[in-house]
Amino acid sequence: MTRAIIDGNEAAASVAYRLNELCSIYPITPSSTMAELADEWAGKGQKNVFGIRPTVVQMQSEGGAAGALHGALQGGAMSTTFTASQGLLLMIPNMYKIAGELTSTVFHVAARSLAAQGLSIFGDHQDVMAVRQTGFALLSSASVQECHDLAAVSQLATLRSRVPFIHFFDGFRTSHELNTLEMLSDDDLRAYVPESLIIEHRDRALSPEHPYIRGTAQNPDTYFQSRETVNPYYDKVPGIVQGAMDEFAELTGRQYHLMEYYGDPDAEAIIIIMGSGAQSAMQAVDHLLADGRKVGVLQVRLYRPLPVDALLDAIPASVTSIAVMDRTKEPGAGGEPLFLDVTSALAEAVSTGRRATLPRVIGGRYGLSSKEFTPGMVIGVFDELAKPSPRPRFTVGINDDVTMLSLDYDELDVESPQTLRAVFFGIGSDGTVGANKNTIKILGSQDGTYAQGYFVYDSKKSGSRTVSHLRFGPQPITAPYLVNAAGFIGVHHWSILERVDVLKMARRGTVVLVNSHYSANEVFAHLPEPMQRRLIELECELWTVDANAVARTAGMGNRTNTVLQTCFFAISKVMERDAAIEAVKQSIRKTYGRRGADVVAKNENAVDAAIAHLHRVEVPEAPVSDKQRIAAVPASAPAFVRDVTAQMLIDNGDTLPVSALPVDGTYPSGTTQYEKRNISDIVAVWDENACIQCGNCAFVCPHAVLRAKYYPETALEGAPEGFQTAELNAAGLPGARYTLQVYAEDCTGCGLCVEACPVKVPSGNNRKAINLALVEDREPTRTNVEFFESIPVNRRSRVDFATVRGVQYLEPLFEFSGACTGCGETPYLKLLSQLFGGRTSIANATGCSSIYGGNLPTTPWSRNKYGRGPAWSNSLFEDNAEFGLGLRLAADLQTELARTRLEQLRPEIGNDDLVDTILTTEQQYESDLSAQRARVDELKTILEGMDGIRAADLRSVCDHLLRRSVWIVGGDGWAYDIGSGGLDHVLASGRNVNVLVLDTEVYSNTGGQASKATPMGAVAKFASAGKETISKDLAMQAISYGNVYVARVAMGADPEQTLKAFREAEAYDGPSLILAYSHCIAHGIDMKKGLDQQYLAVNSGHWPLMRYNPVLRMAGKNPFLLDSPRPRFPLRKYHENELRFRMLKAADPEAAERMLEFGQAQVARRWRDYEEMSVRGADEFATDAKE
Amino acid sequence: MDLTTTYLGLELKHPVVASAGPLSQTLDGVKGLADGGASAVVLYSLFEEQLRAEVARDEALIESHENASPEALDYFPANPITIKSAAYSYLSLLERSASALDVPVIASLNGADLGGWVEFARELADAGASAIELNIYLVPGDTATSGDAVEKRHLEIVSAVTSAVSIPVSVKMSPYFSSPGNMALRLVDAGASGLVLFNRFLQPDVNPETLGMDSAFDLSTTHEGRLPRTWIAALRNHTNASLAGSTGVETADDVIRYLLAGADIVMTTAALVRHGRDYTSELVSGLQSWMLRKEFTSLEQVRGMMALPLVTDADALERGGYVGAIQAAKERYGAL
Repeated sequence: MTRAIIDGNEAAASVAYRLNELCSIYPITPSSTMAELADEWAGKGQKNVFGIRPTVVQMQSEGGAAGALHGALQGGAMSTTFTASQGLLLMIPNMYKIAGELTSTVFHVAARSLAAQGLSIFGDHQDVMAVRQTGFALLSSASVQECHDLAAVSQLATLRSRVPFIHFFDGFRTSHELNTLEMLSDDDLRAYVPESLIIEHRDRALSPEHPYIRGTAQNPDTYFQSRETVNPYYDKVPGIVQGAMDEFAELTGRQYHLMEYYGDPDAEAIIIIMGSGAQSAMQAVDHLLADGRKVGVLQVRLYRPLPVDALLDAIPASVTSIAVMDRTKEPGAGGEPLFLDVTSALAEAVSTGRRATLPRVIGGRYGLSSKEFTPGMVIGVFDELAKPSPRPRFTVGINDDVTMLSLDYDELDVESPQTLRAVFFGIGSDGTVGANKNTIKILGSQDGTYAQGYFVYDSKKSGSRTVSHLRFGPQPITAPYLVNAAGFIGVHHWSILERVDVLKMARRGTVVLVNSHYSANEVFAHLPEPMQRRLIELECELWTVDANAVARTAGMGNRTNTVLQTCFFAISKVMERDAAIEAVKQSIRKTYGRRGADVVAKNENAVDAAIAHLHRVEVPEAPVSDKQRIAAVPASAPAFVRDVTAQMLIDNGDTLPVSALPVDGTYPSGTTQYEKRNISDIVAVWDENACIQCGNCAFVCPHAVLRAKYYPETALEGAPEGFQTAELNAAGLPGARYTLQVYAEDCTGCGLCVEACPVKVPSGNNRKAINLALVEDREPTRTNVEFFESIPVNRRSRVDFATVRGVQYLEPLFEFSGACTGCGETPYLKLLSQLFGGRTSIANATGCSSIYGGNLPTTPWSRNKYGRGPAWSNSLFEDNAEFGLGLRLAADLQTELARTRLEQLRPEIGNDDLVDTILTTEQQYESDLSAQRARVDELKTILEGMDGIRAADLRSVCDHLLRRSVWIVGGDGWAYDIGSGGLDHVLASGRNVNVLVLDTEVYSNTGGQASKATPMGAVAKFASAGKETISKDLAMQAISYGNVYVARVAMGADPEQTLKAFREAEAYDGPSLILAYSHCIAHGIDMKKGLDQQYLAVNSGHWPLMRYNPVLRMAGKNPFLLDSPRPRFPLRKYHENELRFRMLKAADPEAAERMLEFGQAQVARRWRDYEEMSVRGADEFATDAKE
Repeated sequence: MDLTTTYLGLELKHPVVASAGPLSQTLDGVKGLADGGASAVVLYSLFEEQLRAEVARDEALIESHENASPEALDYFPANPITIKSAAYSYLSLLERSASALDVPVIASLNGADLGGWVEFARELADAGASAIELNIYLVPGDTATSGDAVEKRHLEIVSAVTSAVSIPVSVKMSPYFSSPGNMALRLVDAGASGLVLFNRFLQPDVNPETLGMDSAFDLSTTHEGRLPRTWIAALRNHTNASLAGSTGVETADDVIRYLLAGADIVMTTAALVRHGRDYTSELVSGLQSWMLRKEFTSLEQVRGMMALPLVTDADALERGGYVGAIQAAKERYGAL
C-alpha cells in the first residue's frame, strides 16, 4: 500500500476518476478541486483502471452537469459528478429521474451549507439532507481515508444494487484537510469492482439495436404501483453496502460498518452522529471512558436507505438516553432528519417488541457552516444527557441567548501529548500556507509519522489572514477540529499580533515564533501588553527572527516562507534539529531543482541565514509596556459595528450570541470604512504640483482610495500641516482649491493609478503626478483624511458627469472592498455607484463581486451623507437576471401605485403644480433627477401632515416617484454560462434593467475555470490544454433583439467611452447590457499593468469597443457605433503578456501557434462584421413595437 | 572555381554564412536565408538566462495568488512550467530547420550558469544542430567580477559543453579581453573547434528627449570589421581551429578582406537585413568575380594570404596599421 498525504477531495476524486468513464462537472466550492483534478488527469491522458481515458465535460451549470450525466448513464457510460450545496440542489430534478430509473452512479459531494439568510461556502449537511428524498442512497465519510475507501465502496454498491449513490463528506473540514492515508492501487480497484458489473450497467443502456422506451408519462392507473416496484432494490441496499464493506476489508484490512459503534458495550448514554463529527465524538468518548462513564458513539455511514436493522443492532440494549446530532437545520420541523429517523426506528422497535425499552432521545444541531465541533462540545452533550430532564432539542457550539437552546460546555484538551500541534498566522499568498503544506509532506513522509493540516482563510481577496493548523504524531490523526492547545505558534506578520489575540491557542510552555524587525532585546516591549502577560503566565518560549530582512539579503525578495519554515523546524522540536534542517534543504532541492542551481543555492543560503538570525527572547517576569492592540474599528463607529462587526474582525465572531445577529440577514451598508486594514506598506502619494487634475487615477482606483474635491480657499482653515492642496485647474471657479486625497490606510498599493496618470514629471525617473512610496508614519494620513472628510462633497449639479475629469468629484458609494490588489472589476462598480448610487438597486450574481461586495464582516456598498446608497442583494448564481428583473417589476409596480395615489390625493395635497410636475417631468439628466428629488421631499413633508390609508400608502411608495435604477451585476460565469438562459430572457423582456457583466473571461471566484467567455488558446482549469473554441459574442446576441442597449467597454483603453456607455445604458428606457473587460489575476498578468493590458486587448482587436444604442435607430440613425480604432497590434502582442496564453505555448507550442492563428483570423472576421454594421442604415437593424 | 570551405569540420559550398540574428527566428526566415544562398545558417540565440527569468516570472505569477482564498487555492491548472518547455519553440525551430534545410544549421546558445549550458547543449545536439555556437554574454557594467574570473568562466563553460556533446562547438568571442589572442587560443585548448570574431554587444544609450534609455539594435557597419580582421590575421597561423569573421560585412570586398586575413567563413546579418536574404548570392558572386579577376581558382589560395606570418610580431602589425592609419588621415584631413 502506498501512503500519501492528500485532502479529502483528492482522496475521493482519485477513486471516482479511476472507476468511471465520464465526469460531468461544474465548479462549486468546496468540491471544485475534485473536478479540477479529474480534468487535469484527463488532460495528461491518465487512464482509468479499465484502460480508458475518462471524458471530462464541463457544463453550464450543475443542472446541465446532471442532465448530461443522466444522458450518459442512459447511454451506458460509467458516469460520475462532483458537487456541493446549491449545485446539488440544481441536480435534484435529474436525481429523481436517475433514481426512478434505477441507474448506477455515484455523486461525490463535499457537503456544504445552503444559502439562506446568507450564503456560506463552508461545511454542513444541509445540501445532502435536501436530497435525502430523491431515491439516492447516502453514504457518509468521516475522514480523508474514508473519502478514499467509501468512494470505492459506493461505486461497487451502486453497480450491485442499481440504486444511485451520493458519497459525501464534510466540506472543507474533510474535503480540504490534508491527512495521511493509504492509497488504493489500480490493481486494488480492478480487483474490487468487477468488469462484469460494468457490462451489466452497459447492457441496461438505450440502444436502437434493441430499442425500448424509458421515461414514459404515466397515468393514475399505474404511476403509484410503478413507484412501488423499486422497493426490493432499496431493501437490498444495506446488505449490499455491508457486503461491499466486508469485501473491502478483505482486500485492504480496513473494515467499515453501516453503523459503527464505538464505546462501552454496556453504555447508558450514546451519541448518534454522521460525518467528521463522529471522530470528535470518539475522542470525547475515549476521555469519558477513562473517567468511568458508560458512554458510546454511533457513527452513521449509510443514511439512505436507512438501515434500520443495523441501527437497532448497533445500539446497546443498555442505552437509556441518546442524543442524535444533526449537522443541518430544518426550520419548523419537529426535529432534524437524523433525529426523526432514529426516533421512529426506536419507537417502532419498542412497539413491535423488538426492543424492550425506549431510551430518551434528544436532538441537537451542531457545526453549521463549519462551526467547530470539538470533544469539549461532545462532553457537553453527554452532560446534558446525564441530567434528569435534558433539553429535548438543543444546539451546541454557539451561544443561543434567544431561544436558549444552546448547551454549555468547557473546552478541554483530549489529544495525545505525543501529537505535536502547531498554528501559524500568515497573510494570503505570503507562502505560509504553501510552506506548511510542504512541512506536512516532509514530516508525513517520515516513517511512523502521521500528519494533518487544515487551513483557515478570511474572506478578503487581498491581504487576507490565514491560520494554518498542523498536527504531527506517531498515530493516525483523527481530530477534525482546529488546534486549540498548540505546542508551537508562528506569527509571520507583526500586523497580525497587533490586531488579534494570537495566543488564544497557546498552552503552558508553547514555543512562540514572531517575525519582527525588532531585535531580540527590543521585541518583547513592542508586543501588546495582553500578549506579554499571556507569554509570562503560560511560561512560553519566545523566539524572534527578522524573516523579511533575511529573505531580502538572501535575494529572495519578500518571500519569507523558507526562512520561517526553517525556524519552525529549528525550534519546534518536531525533529532533531540537524536532521530537520537537512530535511528542509532536501525539500528545497526537490522543489527548486528544476529552476536551476542558483535558485537552490539561494534558498539553501536562506536556510542557513535563518538559523543564524533566529534568537531566543528572554521573557521578563512582568509586562514591560502597556501598548494595547489596535482597535478593530474606531470608537466613533456605529454600535452594531463596534459590538458585532468588530468581534468578527478580530476572530471572535464565534463568541457572538444569537441575539447579536440580524434575524433576516439584513446588515448595515458601508462598513468597510471602519476597518482600516493597512495591508500595504507601499501606497499612492499625490504630487500636487505636477497633477493636472484629470481624474484618471481616481477613475481607475479599484479600492476608491483616491478622492477629489474642489473647495473655496476658506475651507482650508484649520487644515493640518502637510494637507495637500493645489489651485483648481478649471475655468469659472477662480480661487478655488483642489485636493486629491489618498486614503492611505485603505490603499492596497496596486499602482493602477500610477499607470493611469498621463503626467510625466520632467525631473525623470519615470515619476508621475501620482506615485507609489513607502509609508513610514500613517498618522499624518489619518489626520489629512479626517480633515478632507470635513470638506463638503461637491454638489452633483455642479459636476460634469460627461467627463472623467468631472466624475472624480462624485462620491463613490462602493469603497475599500476586499477585492484583489489591482482588481479590474471594482472600478466599474465604483463608477456605477458614483453615477447612480443614490437611487440604485443592485442584483448581484454569486461570484467575486458578491464576495468582495457582500462577504462579512465588512461590506463596501455604502451610503452618502443623506443616508442614500445602493441597495444590494445577492440571490443566487444562476438566477441573478431574473432576480434583478423582479426588483425592476416591483419598482415599476410601486411607481405606478405612487402615481395613482398621487393623482387620487391631488385635492388633499392642494398643490397641483407640484403634482403635475412630479407626474410629467423628464427624469433623464442629473439636473432633472435632483429637481425631482426635491419635489418628492416636498411631497413627503406635505404627506406627513395627512391622515388616511391612501396618504400612508403614498408615503410608503413615494420614493419611487424618483426614477429607480436597477442594475444586474455579475461575472461571465453567470452571464455566459449558468445564468445565460435567464439573462437572455430578461434582455428580451424589454424592461428597464441595466446589466453589467464584469467580464474576466474566466470563473475567477472559484479559481480560474473556463467559461464560454474564455478566449481561444487560453489555458484555464477545465481547459488545461487550451480552450479550443472562441468566446461567445454576447454583445451580438443581445443586439439581435434590436431593442437592447449594448456596449462593450474597457476602461483601461478608453475611460470616456466607458463613462458614456454607463450613462447611456442607464438613461435608456429598456434593457441594457454592458460588457466590461476586467483584467484579473486569473489571466496571469502583472496586475500593475492591468490597464496596459486592457489597452492591448482593445487595440489588438481582442476586445473591440462598441455601443449599440436603440435610441439612435429610433431617430433614423445607425445604432451601431464602433468606438475603437482598427486593430493596430497583432493579437500575439496581447497574448504574450498573459500567462494563460503562455502556458499553452509552454505545454504545446504548436497548438498555441495554431490557436493564435485562428484567433487572429477571428479578430479580423469580427472586425469586418463590426465595420460593416457600423456603416449600415438604421432600417437594417431589428425594430421593436415600442417605436 | 572552388569556393568550398570547411568550418567546424562542416563542408560548406562557399564561405558566406548567415549569422545569429532576427532573420532566423522562424522556419520561413531560416528557409529564406538558405534559399538566399547562405552556405550555413546560425539560428538566433537561445537566451537560457532569459528563459530562466521567464519561467521564474511565471512561477511567481502563479505563486503570488496561491493559498489566499478558501474558494480558490490557485488559479491555473497544474501545468508545470519548465525551462525545457519554455525552450520548446527554439528546439522545435531547430529541429524543423535541420530537417528542412540541406545546408548545416548551427544553434546558438547564450547561457547563464554551467548547468544550463550543458543541459541545453545536449538538447540542441539532440534536436539536430550541426554545431553549437556559444555566445558567452557578460553584462557590461559589472564591476565586481575580475578579468581572471571572466576568463575562467569562459574556459569552464567551453570545456563543460564540449565534453557533453559530440558535435563541434564554436565560441563567439568578445573583443574586450585584456589579451584577446591569448584568450582565443586558450578557448581552443579548452575544446572549441572554432572561434567567431567578434560578438557585438548591444549597448543601451541615453535618449535626451524621453530622458530614458533606448535599447536600440544597431546593425554593424563596414568599418567595424577592422578589429576582428586584425585578430583573425594574428591568429590564423597560430591555430588550426576554424575562424569566422562576423562583423562589418557589407560588400563582397568585406568578405574578401576577411578571407585574406585568414577567416574560413564570413558571417553577416546586417547586410541581409539591409539588402534582403538574396543578397548572399550577390556577395558570393562578388567574391567569384574578384577571384576571377585576380586569377584565383580556389579559396584555399586566398585564405590567410594577408595573415600575420608566424614569425611576425603582432604588435608591429597593429602599430604598423596604426601608423599607417595616422598617415592616411593626415593625407585626407591635413595635419591633426
